Amino acid sequence: MPEHRLHSTTPLGGTTPRVDELPGFRIAENVGAALASIASRLNREAEFAAAAKRFFGFEMPGPGKVAGKTPYTAIWTGVDQWFVEAPFASHENVARIVKNGLGDSASVTEQTDGWARFDVGGPAAPAVFERLCALDVYAMPGSAASRTTIEHIGCIVICREARLQFSILGPRSSAASLHHALVAAARSVA
Amino acid sequence: MSQANRLAGGLIDRSRGISFSFDNKRYTGFAGDTLASALLANGERLMGRSFKYHRPRGPLTAGSDEPNALVELRQGAFREPNTRATVTELFEGLSATSQNRWPSLAFDALGINDLLSPFFSAGFYYKTFMWPKAFWEKVYEPLIRRAAGLGRLSMAPDPDVYDKGFLHCDLLVIGAGPTGLAAALTAARAGARVILADEDYEIGGRLNSETFVVGDTSGTDWARNHARVELLSMPNVRLMTRTTIIGTFDHGIYGALERVSDHLAHRAHGKPRQIFWRIYSKRAVLCAGAAERPIAFANNDRPGIMLAGALRSYVNRWAAAPARKVAVFTNNDDGLRTAADLVAKGVEVSAVIDTRADGAKVADADHFRGAQVIDTKGRLGLTSITVRLSTGETRTIACEALGVSGGWNPNVHLTCHQRGRPNWEPSIAAFVPGNCPPGMTVAGAARGVFSTAAALTSGAAAAREALAAIGIKALPADTPKAEDQPIRIEPLWHVGSAKGRAWVDLQNDVTVKDVKLAHQEGFRSVEHLKRYTTLGMATDQGKTSNMLGLVVMAEISGRSIPATGTTIYRPPYTPVPIAALAGRSCGRDFRPTRLTPSHKWASEQGAVFVEVGMWLRAQWLPRPGEIHWRQSVDREVLTTRSSVGICDVTTLGKIDVQGKDAAEFLNRIYANPFGKLAVGKVRYGLMLREDGMAMDDGTSARLAEDHFVTTTTTANAVAVFRHMEFCRQCLWPDLDVQIISTTEAWAQFSVAGPNARRLLQKIVDPQHDISNEAFPYMACGEISVCGGLRARLFRISFSGELAYEIAVPTRYGDALIRALVDAGKEFGAVVYGTEALGVMRIEKGHAAGNELNGTTTALNLGMGGMVSKKKDGIGSTLSEREGLNQPDALNLVGFRPLDVARPLTAGSHLISGRERAEAANDQGYITSVAFSPSLCHSVGLGFLKNGAARKGEVLRAVNPLKNEEVEVEVVSPHFVDPEGERLRA
Repeated sequence: MPEHRLHSTTPLGGTTPRVDELPGFRIAENVGAALASIASRLNREAEFAAAAKRFFGFEMPGPGKVAGKTPYTAIWTGVDQWFVEAPFASHENVARIVKNGLGDSASVTEQTDGWARFDVGGPAAPAVFERLCALDVYAMPGSAASRTTIEHIGCIVICREARLQFSILGPRSSAASLHHALVAAARSVA
Repeated sequence: MSQANRLAGGLIDRSRGISFSFDNKRYTGFAGDTLASALLANGERLMGRSFKYHRPRGPLTAGSDEPNALVELRQGAFREPNTRATVTELFEGLSATSQNRWPSLAFDALGINDLLSPFFSAGFYYKTFMWPKAFWEKVYEPLIRRAAGLGRLSMAPDPDVYDKGFLHCDLLVIGAGPTGLAAALTAARAGARVILADEDYEIGGRLNSETFVVGDTSGTDWARNHARVELLSMPNVRLMTRTTIIGTFDHGIYGALERVSDHLAHRAHGKPRQIFWRIYSKRAVLCAGAAERPIAFANNDRPGIMLAGALRSYVNRWAAAPARKVAVFTNNDDGLRTAADLVAKGVEVSAVIDTRADGAKVADADHFRGAQVIDTKGRLGLTSITVRLSTGETRTIACEALGVSGGWNPNVHLTCHQRGRPNWEPSIAAFVPGNCPPGMTVAGAARGVFSTAAALTSGAAAAREALAAIGIKALPADTPKAEDQPIRIEPLWHVGSAKGRAWVDLQNDVTVKDVKLAHQEGFRSVEHLKRYTTLGMATDQGKTSNMLGLVVMAEISGRSIPATGTTIYRPPYTPVPIAALAGRSCGRDFRPTRLTPSHKWASEQGAVFVEVGMWLRAQWLPRPGEIHWRQSVDREVLTTRSSVGICDVTTLGKIDVQGKDAAEFLNRIYANPFGKLAVGKVRYGLMLREDGMAMDDGTSARLAEDHFVTTTTTANAVAVFRHMEFCRQCLWPDLDVQIISTTEAWAQFSVAGPNARRLLQKIVDPQHDISNEAFPYMACGEISVCGGLRARLFRISFSGELAYEIAVPTRYGDALIRALVDAGKEFGAVVYGTEALGVMRIEKGHAAGNELNGTTTALNLGMGGMVSKKKDGIGSTLSEREGLNQPDALNLVGFRPLDVARPLTAGSHLISGRERAEAANDQGYITSVAFSPSLCHSVGLGFLKNGAARKGEVLRAVNPLKNEEVEVEVVSPHFVDPEGERLRA
């Protein structure tokens, strides 16, 4: 990417990502991932599946699932819809990169800054999630993702390592409210 | 008094003395006590006054079904009324106050109500206070309200915090008595995810109140040291004490209230007092046990009279005798256990009154068979009972406590929450669960299986059966040996007596006579009986009284009990604080907020924020010296119109629309056509509802042949997206179109005013020509700014000025607002808030939420011509309805006051000439007003009948609410630059 003179801020408004170390639970703002939504075009699902496999090197995951191969991770978000993550440093313009890779079989939209991502985890993670959302995180395998609601905020929870490491994607404008809910729950459990 | 009635033994920890106060008097108790058990041990039987008649009352039960012993717990803002002393764990420093009495518990002035009781019979409030009519609201109701009710709220915000949470399990076991423990052990050993919940702080249920042997040890020891230890050793089990399952909801969902720290003297900062859990279960076994019911007889409500099983609990579990001389009144074998246990504990049993002629004899007690208690004495506590012997002779027997047993009712409550109706079971003279909610089975005493051995096997079998249904195989349980005595009962509900009131519902002060009165007055269905007498409508949900009430009704009406039927229950099983239902969603955290990309910058400027939906938007940004908001707003407007202004418009909804059929999709969504919009152009679009009314408006920018960005109003962003998703998925699944919200992904700023282009030329990279020729009004494009950052530029205007909207990825939004402000310095640029935005759109005559109010059509808005006749769009057809196209239809017009010093008021109605200001003469109404700093007077927009043809006419804008009238002239809604020259400059 060309150098430009605008600094970036994190969803919580800082210049560097915020990290909260709470007993048994760590909350880390993560701004290192670029994000794009992908939807396969009508009646071109097979063509899309082939293009996606060719481009990403893996098959797009089914409902509730996550799949990936460096540098991409794909998260199922709806019927014929996915989010794809890639490192921000190398893929800031992820939507264009992916669209170029997939061609006409998919619609691709930049989502990077639509979302605040908190990487959360630690031994208290399942207990904290119990206070946050209706997801059965105890039963989530390490490659699962689901939409859910946390304190009235529509979120996507991605399980990175069963019962231990998760990412929460929440709307960027509500990052402060979401963060407050996470910290309050973690303090409550601790 | 120091625990004069404390006995030996019990499950209390005598090494941990606890000091507490009741009505400011100091007492001591032990860890493991409840407030009620500790007070009884201290010789206090009187704990409250009744609801209506202020009768002195003591505990009737030893559990959550308690109707009498309700106290105010804790002090100050922490005070909680109507707390049941019988389930309140004692903690150091506990402070409780009796309620519903004045000036003191022993002498209550409102005890006069008791003497006036003939005036307060069932339904008295339907019959009295009828006249004069006007007195009801002003006099009677306030008086009654003051006299009625039990405890007092603190009237201060609750300082505690509460959590909500979600749990999941294969099997939810409700109740940790012998049945629940057997069920939980069976399921846990099979590897199922088990939640075992019990409202008590000890597991074991009735085992803790009995002297039963389970296996080769005491019931308590088995529960505590065998079952509990094994359950805690298994990771698939969650043992939740102090947790009441309060309701059964759809799809195996149960509500549970966990009292996390009610039993602690002080709560740690940030830690919840209670947690309201939503439990998702695949199956549930209800092991809620049974509750004893009283027998009604005259003056059966005196302190010291309690249920026989409760008496046994106090003596066995808490080693607290309510009195040193106790009698027992029973119609069944279980009542006799109380007498035997009292004797064993060394309490003097002055009499055992068994209504049955053939009941077993209890050693060491005067035993009267075939006898009944017919009256009692003792003003603030029981002193004697009058017994009618089988011979007909009456005898007065001195006693300070009386244990009463009328039999046991299975706790069917949770089976009723989805309208399950219990069935009558004559062998135990009680209702047992009928049809249960899907996924729920019932075991043990809750289904009428009363012996310990049967409870254990019933619990284990129910768990096996429940697990089998979800494909988990459990081994047959190896349940320990236990007592297996049948309970023989000869039903007796109330003792006939000529004098004295026999109480049925002690919490709501309903007597046998009240039930008879209800019948006499025609309220004969149990549902009517309940509502007319208020039987069972108190916070205890009539757990000890419903049965009795309906049986009395059955007797009077000559119908059988099953034919009379029973009322059913709804959640919650026991009261739940509203605060627990709210969880953390209170005060400032009631709902989440959304912050704009420029929020931090605006906060630094001291901006005043306004909530728009969940967004916090800058309303205006005061500068030093400005003391009134109008000064700030006027400055923002005038500077924008004369030079340049910047506004954060990120909050407007942005929807990315892609696909081969994207243009056709927009064609159908909007009233006006989009098919031929060129790439690199923006078009204003009006969205109609199916009924032809305007729904929302916005712009759509065509970034590529198959790619649009559609904007919505801030307020309707979600609704429009949902609408579009519905259209895409359900109406036209054959269109190749994909949509997704990108509202948050882009920080978008409006840059408006004659210097807008010059300002932006300092931001936009020089390879992008944004001159009027290269980038005319309604152009759009993907550009780069500030040395290479990808951005989007739209030449659209809400203010009526030469204006652009510029968007960058949100993480750069803070930097961009600072860069824009910096670049604007040479032009004296301002950043304006929503108020100035509103002023400018009114000056320009742009419709917004006030005009798109759900009742206006495109025609009303002056945009009738936009509804394309050449293509079909949602709402096009119905907008042609005759009624919507009358010559006198409302048209959007502008208004200016004749007296320019007078402000206009939104909501004013328009009246012609000297006509009366009434609905029949209504010509229309004003929707939006503002002070126009450009024109130096108030301006308004509004709807006027045939308004387009009435320019120049003078009308009266009438505001009857404030008794105001302003003469207004009808003008064009475009107060500023009606020809639109500025925005094309």
